[in-house]
Amino acid sequence: MNEYLLGYRIHIDFILLFLIIILCSCGLVLLYSASGQNMNLVYSQMIKLSIALLCMILIAQVPPANLDRLSLSLYIFGIILLVLVIIFGDIGKGAQRWLDLKIVRFQPSELMKIAVPMIISSYLSSRFLPPKFLRILIACIIIATPVFLIAQQPDLGTALLVAVAGFSVIFIAGISWRFLLSIFILFALSVPILWHFMRDYQKQRVLTFFNPENDPLGAGYHIIQSKIAVGSGGLYGKGWLNGTQSHLEFLPERSTDFIFAVLCEEFGMLGVLVILSLYLLIILRGLYISYYAQDSFRQLLASGITLTFFVYIIVNMGMVTGQLPVVGVPLPLISYGGTSIVTLMAGFGILMSIHTHRRFLKR
Amino acid sequence: MDLFIKDRVEFILKDRDGELVLIKKRVYLVGLIILALIIILLARIFFLAVIQNVHYTTLSKTNRQKILPIAPIRGLIYSSDGVILAENKPTYSLEVIPEKISDIDQLISKLREIIHIDEKDVERFKRLSNKNRRFERVPLRINLNENEVALFSVNRHLFSSVDVVEGLNRHYPLGRDFVHSVGYVSRIDESDLKNISKLGLDSNYSATNHIGKLGIEKSYELYLHGEVGFQKVEVNAAGRVIRVLERTDAKPGKSIYLTIDLSLQEVAIESLNNKKGAIVAMDPRSGEILTFVSSPSYDPNAFSNGIDNQLYQSLLSSKEKPLINRVIQGKYPPGSTIKPFLGLIALENGIKNVAEEVWCPGWFSLEGHEHRYRDWKKQGHGYTNLSKAIIQSCDVFFYKLAYGLGIDKIYKGLSRFGFGQTSGLDIDNERIGLLPSREWKRRSKSQAWFPGETVILGIGQGYFLITPIQLVKATSAIATNGLVVKPRLVLGINSPEEKGLTLLSDNIESQISLKNDFFWKQIIDSMKSVVHEVGGTAWRSGLNAKYNFAGKTGTAQVIGIDQEEEYKKEEIPEELQDHALFIAFAPVEAPEIAVAIIVENGGGGSKVAAPIARKMFDNYFMNRNLISKE
Repeated sequence: MNEYLLGYRIHIDFILLFLIIILCSCGLVLLYSASGQNMNLVYSQMIKLSIALLCMILIAQVPPANLDRLSLSLYIFGIILLVLVIIFGDIGKGAQRWLDLKIVRFQPSELMKIAVPMIISSYLSSRFLPPKFLRILIACIIIATPVFLIAQQPDLGTALLVAVAGFSVIFIAGISWRFLLSIFILFALSVPILWHFMRDYQKQRVLTFFNPENDPLGAGYHIIQSKIAVGSGGLYGKGWLNGTQSHLEFLPERSTDFIFAVLCEEFGMLGVLVILSLYLLIILRGLYISYYAQDSFRQLLASGITLTFFVYIIVNMGMVTGQLPVVGVPLPLISYGGTSIVTLMAGFGILMSIHTHRRFLKR
Repeated sequence: MDLFIKDRVEFILKDRDGELVLIKKRVYLVGLIILALIIILLARIFFLAVIQNVHYTTLSKTNRQKILPIAPIRGLIYSSDGVILAENKPTYSLEVIPEKISDIDQLISKLREIIHIDEKDVERFKRLSNKNRRFERVPLRINLNENEVALFSVNRHLFSSVDVVEGLNRHYPLGRDFVHSVGYVSRIDESDLKNISKLGLDSNYSATNHIGKLGIEKSYELYLHGEVGFQKVEVNAAGRVIRVLERTDAKPGKSIYLTIDLSLQEVAIESLNNKKGAIVAMDPRSGEILTFVSSPSYDPNAFSNGIDNQLYQSLLSSKEKPLINRVIQGKYPPGSTIKPFLGLIALENGIKNVAEEVWCPGWFSLEGHEHRYRDWKKQGHGYTNLSKAIIQSCDVFFYKLAYGLGIDKIYKGLSRFGFGQTSGLDIDNERIGLLPSREWKRRSKSQAWFPGETVILGIGQGYFLITPIQLVKATSAIATNGLVVKPRLVLGINSPEEKGLTLLSDNIESQISLKNDFFWKQIIDSMKSVVHEVGGTAWRSGLNAKYNFAGKTGTAQVIGIDQEEEYKKEEIPEELQDHALFIAFAPVEAPEIAVAIIVENGGGGSKVAAPIARKMFDNYFMNRNLISKE
């Protein structure tokens, strides 16, 4: 490692940047088809990507130590916004998620995807690792508060991702296996209670997941059509712009949450392998950064962000292929949409910051 | 505070390198978990996309491919001389699928802002919605003009559930004049659907909206309809057609040429002049119906898209009963037109009074009875033989003749001419009239047959009821010396792929053979004298004819007249006045045309009905250049 390398001077990880740009380009090609050859949508996505990349580069300039210091205020700021959303928020698609800041409409729950792993990493790394029981409990409360607020909106997908982001940090911090097992048992026991508190539409989604054919035109429609898209794609796909499920509008939400089905239909198993390899490379790069990070805060935060990114992917693909219930989780960097792209890029910015702000010891 | 201080200590005492190793182990573990989950995901995609590929490919195809039927173009109907009687006219209509509309009244009020929709349209729409096939379009407004189509197209985006549909509408250019023979089509309803299913024609009718309901349109439905075509199309999730993948064109229906001669038909209609009645002319050799008039009539064009209730009720309740097809459904006493037939039966049975002259004093009484059966001629006909009895229509002669024959022989004899049976005409809903018999009376009235009833049967009164089509068929049988031919309205069928007309064959029913063929000549000669001999009941109608024809007048009483009462035309309300009847055929030497004419409440057959026959024969022979135009 050379402190004079360009990447370290301008705090950009070129490997990560290269992978992200390749993936985003593939995403734009796919979006053109999924949107029904709507070039305006593609331009709009390009602008959003550019803004997000800019955010990423800016955040990469912030040294990890500053992130550590900032984490508490960011977290508290996020909690305040979430409360404001519940009080004043706009209602879109049956859920209160948006905060209208006049200039931009902002989804505070997205902020939490970054703020939660940051505060947990900061909190846990400030003491002995592996953490003791009391500290784990406090960390759980720190995670549960925003998750609860987001679930109130209700936005199950984001709540899940925020929870995953927080708990993955706890896991990496070296929580004992015995403790993990007891948590799992506790969770299993709490399922009936959770079920009781779920909204009707959430219950419906879960029920539909287990038996989509029960309601082929209503709630099961998404899963059935999506499976048809994936299954009819075969090994090589039907070809770009030739997907019948998407172009004939059988597939719902095809440029956002279900864009992976378009990929499967038009590019088949081979296209899936290409995209999945790109994702895997990004994840491995993230884990590599975490592995070689120079202190525990950096390690925890880097792997937390990487794991969250992975959960995004696996939940979205699991949903499209009918293995997981339909929760509103987009396919990262490919699905059309603004706020989630900015959050993701901010995460990559943090990864870059961790990797490029290094203390070099002279030998 | 205590906790805080302890934390500070902890932070300073942290084993940084040890922690890094611990976390590195965990990151390594996370990497493995991620790989495992990605492999599970890939396995799932492999299962769906490769192993179950065929299954999902099929599902994907059935998702997007639909087979849409194409309605065939209905065959046309022509008169025998090639004039179009039923055609298909392009129309635009505003159509809606009722099942897809939640608030129809709101939709209508919105539509009314741009297009005129009156109450009748709404009423028809609601009526049709109730009996239509589910998820089929129902017309809300029909016959849009070009302006209205353009106006709607501009505002199309406001009405996602409404479509302008271009279609072919059945149109009858000579509607009123032919409705009773041609009939009409109307929208398919539930009961039609059942029939279609029963015949196994569901798929052939899958795109068809109209079906023949009456007349030729109904009875030749299977020829006229044609064969449905199909197109395989790609549709989107909303069911809108994106493109056509395959197409099999529909085969248009076959055209039908009627036997009806347009100019003869028009002469008959004109002569009847909207009076109630029926005129039917037939070629006695082939059974071809040359004229088919039932009056008054109505416009079939009102029916094709569902007639509005008010109009239908007015047709239904009209005193003149225009909906009744008088030619095949009108039941009339034959009056004196039955006399030639009775004469033949008497000759065949060789009863005594046929050969003898009978004294006609103007009335007849059965032995031991007071009741006098009166002759139409009060002072009587004097000595009368069969021939004179037909020429002058002597009632007393036929009272005696009928009484002499008895009901059983009369029943048997008249049956051979087709009375009391359907004629076999190729349209539906024919009535059989009533040919009374001993057995019939016992069955329906639980009474024995009275001799007096036989007596009045001699002049075609009493229970006896005929339909005009039976009368012309029987008249034709006299004209052809006993050849009974089934009447028919269709000359031939023209299929679009074959050139030329496929003619329908004559349908000979039976041959009435008499003991002596001379009997035919005897009766025909008498009928010829009815029109060509001074003193014959229709002699004025036969004056100066360039051809010979034979006929018989009839005047059928609608009400019974009391013994001592005089029949005074002026004092009787119109609907109770006598029916005028006339049967005839020409030329006598080789008959080509036979007619039966009934003018309801028209008065005497000789005055009212016979002149119509003369006009028709004149027209018939003039058109065939058999008589010179002077």
